[in-house]
Amino acid sequence: MKILKIFMILFLFISFPHLKSDEKNDEFKSKVLKNIRCLICQGQSVYDSESDFAFSIKLIVNRKINEGLKEEQIYEYLREKYGDWVIYDPGLNKNTYFLWLLPLLLFLFGGAIIYKKTITNKINKT
Amino acid sequence: MKNKLSSFVVIIFLSFCFVVFYKGLNNPNTYSPKIKDKKNIPIFEAKDFNSNSYLNSEKIFEEDIFYIINIWASWCVPCRTEHPLLMGLSKNQSVKLIGLNYRDNLNNAKKFINKFGNPYSQIIIDEDGTLSVEFGAFGVPETFIIDKNKKIIKKIVGPINKEIVEEIKLIIK
Amino acid sequence: MLANQIGYYSLILGLLLSVLLCGISIKDFNNSSKQINQKVLSLSFLQLVFVIVSFLSLIFSFVNSDFSNETVFNNSHTTKPLFYKISGTWGNHEGSLLLWLLVLTLFIFLFLIKSREQPKKYRILTLLFQQIIIIGFFLFVLLTSNPFNYLFPIPIEGLGLNPILQDPALAIHPPILYLGYVGTSIIFSSSLAAVTQNYISKEWGQHVKKWVLVSWVFLTLGIMLGSIWAYYELGWGGFWFWDPVENVSLMPWLTLTALLHCIIVLERRAALTSWVVILSITTFTLSMCGTFLVRSGILNSVHTFANDPTRGIFILIFLFVLIALSLGVFFLFHNENNKSSNNFFWLSRETSILINNWFMMYFLSVVLIGTVYPIFLDVISSEKISVGPPFYQKLIVPFLIPFLLFMSLGPRLKWVKSKIENKYSLIITFIISVILTFFILKNLTTDLLFYTVLVSVAFFLFFTTLKELFIKKLNNTGQTVAHLGFSLLILSILFNSILSSEIITNIKVGEKYNYSEGEIFFKKAEERKESNFNAIIGHFEIKDKSGKIIELKPEIRVYNQPIIITSEADIKTTLLDDKFLAMNLVKGNEYFNIRYQVKPFMVWIWISVLLLSFGGLMSLLKKRYEK
Repeated sequence: MKILKIFMILFLFISFPHLKSDEKNDEFKSKVLKNIRCLICQGQSVYDSESDFAFSIKLIVNRKINEGLKEEQIYEYLREKYGDWVIYDPGLNKNTYFLWLLPLLLFLFGGAIIYKKTITNKINKT
Repeated sequence: MKNKLSSFVVIIFLSFCFVVFYKGLNNPNTYSPKIKDKKNIPIFEAKDFNSNSYLNSEKIFEEDIFYIINIWASWCVPCRTEHPLLMGLSKNQSVKLIGLNYRDNLNNAKKFINKFGNPYSQIIIDEDGTLSVEFGAFGVPETFIIDKNKKIIKKIVGPINKEIVEEIKLIIK
Repeated sequence: MLANQIGYYSLILGLLLSVLLCGISIKDFNNSSKQINQKVLSLSFLQLVFVIVSFLSLIFSFVNSDFSNETVFNNSHTTKPLFYKISGTWGNHEGSLLLWLLVLTLFIFLFLIKSREQPKKYRILTLLFQQIIIIGFFLFVLLTSNPFNYLFPIPIEGLGLNPILQDPALAIHPPILYLGYVGTSIIFSSSLAAVTQNYISKEWGQHVKKWVLVSWVFLTLGIMLGSIWAYYELGWGGFWFWDPVENVSLMPWLTLTALLHCIIVLERRAALTSWVVILSITTFTLSMCGTFLVRSGILNSVHTFANDPTRGIFILIFLFVLIALSLGVFFLFHNENNKSSNNFFWLSRETSILINNWFMMYFLSVVLIGTVYPIFLDVISSEKISVGPPFYQKLIVPFLIPFLLFMSLGPRLKWVKSKIENKYSLIITFIISVILTFFILKNLTTDLLFYTVLVSVAFFLFFTTLKELFIKKLNNTGQTVAHLGFSLLILSILFNSILSSEIITNIKVGEKYNYSEGEIFFKKAEERKESNFNAIIGHFEIKDKSGKIIELKPEIRVYNQPIIITSEADIKTTLLDDKFLAMNLVKGNEYFNIRYQVKPFMVWIWISVLLLSFGGLMSLLKKRYEK
């Protein structure tokens, strides 16, 4: 009985870290697949699609993860085959500087307007 | 003055937007990326259709000739419409056709070839579709033209038609 | 066939009436009497009647499967159920344009009836501006998108309606959405009219606020219905994808919400006059722009209408004509009177509303730039990129944190000049929110810091509005309810996102799949035949850790016309969570691919949007009472 208990505890200890790393792996894979556009679907990610294309991409992503590729390397591999638009996250590159900067600039601009509108009044009143 | 400047800026900006949208309307929306730089064909190993042994890509593309890779499947309906045109192309001496059987059942694929004819000098099997992804294909049917430097110079998504066949004939002259 | 004729000529008559209306009202403009000529009201009503008749004739053709009508042929089928034959009327490009005309003419007529105490010239000008829009749409329909084209010889059968559009939520989504979306036209017209008359004042603010609220409530509900449809119908359990068509409905909502808050300032202090006009113009412009983006074929998305560049060019030119007209009117007629009252004390309700607008405009810019940037990039440098959910999430979510904080503090501030009252109770509420959040999230998520901050602020807003609702009993309950709804929305979305789980696996009949939280048993698969599709129904039993079993029956449907295979998820909804199961075929073998999701608090997302709209409705009705 005692030996059985020890055996079970050991077994759990051994399997638990595997479970954890599997979960993390799954989460990572889901994250990557959700970021890849299914090119023959209309507006679906590879994660959500059951099409042939999605099936093949899922296999390839699996393969690349097992080869140890990092997230950005997987995206780069796919971008090289299909172009930038296969990845949903537009990333920060020479094509997308304005994309990311414009809203932030507008935010600062708006802040400046409000600052002008309210601070001047504070100075006037005091 | 300030009013005039701001209205001027607004007018310029709006005209710019109008022109962009107008041009955007006339752009095709098919989202098929053009081949900007000629890419090398990927290096791969694939199972041969007839012999079941593995072939190396270098061996498949070893001749100093144009190659056409055609992705097809027995369950693909548009493939049947383009098949006769492929049969015609296969008679051309300056090009060899390589078939890539995509996500197919081997028996069904063999029946397809027996029924409609074999335009391919070699057929390789892509059971899970990953080899097609290596070529940057979306699905089936899809055709790639490879030049003598082993670079992909043209990609046709969808079945080929007579106009495309004429284009191909010009390229491979 | 007669319906075709009636429908078509009603449209022509409607267009002629527009011209007549413009003529008569221009003549009436300089007339000294205080009330508009009765003829104007009658003619406006008559115009509405003609559009209704046209709309009804199209419905009639759909219901009778009259395939001599090209639109009916393209979008309907004899085996479609009656409900979807009717709703198919507005599920296509031409029919939905009739819906546009219906709302345009309805709103101007209602405006004329409900604005009898307003200055006559202002009312006439509103009518004129609205008629410009109406004429534009009549021309658009008659010249490029006629719903009453003849087909000869008459086909026996139609091409059918895409089955994923055959859903109750999607059937009522366009009418409700359009009442909001197109309803912003009246705000556009009336603000331009008011500008020319120098009538942007407290009285005008009080009057136009009703219309802003009506549009806003319908737009909120319309967007919600679209999300509900996406959740139930599109098969992967999401409800918002930052798809261009969704973004296009969200943008006017953002400006409309900003406008709503500005009108409050205008009512009280006759300030922010230029900004109110700009927002009014922008809101309807965004509606028109959205129409352009989704109907012209310039963008690809899950639910674009049929693409046609000629239609695109018409709308593009029409859109820019309207922009030019409105900006022209604004720059010519607007004068900056009362400049001194245009500066606010930094700690006041006015400033908090300015801050609200600041954030709203930022969110708008993110959505707008994200949606149209790929077009600009493609035209300018022939590069094609995707702007997907990661972009929107990265730029919007962090800014929600200060936004929610400001939203908690803003309504407590007084007008003109204020102090923060009850500082201690606020701080205590904040600390309670943080502690509560920390304990809830401790074991649930890896992104602990980020989520803790976000959820704490949402809780803070929740508790402060709850307190305002029950303890303080302020006199603008509508607003408090709406803010409460918003906090609940953020909380539901966050908790749903943190706590949702999904299992994807391949399974065949008779098999059991074990996972950490329970087991899924694929009991059997049965077939069912309906009038326009065949279905494979999977009977699944899901047993959780405590032994409780629920049954889910997702379907795979093969529709007959057009031939499309869809996956219909089965969803069991409770207040606590939604259990979502979808089934797909796997190529070439007897296995089925299933996705099982447990989504906590899913239904609270819909409840909170309903609460949000209800708050708006309360504000709308309260004004009536007070009068």
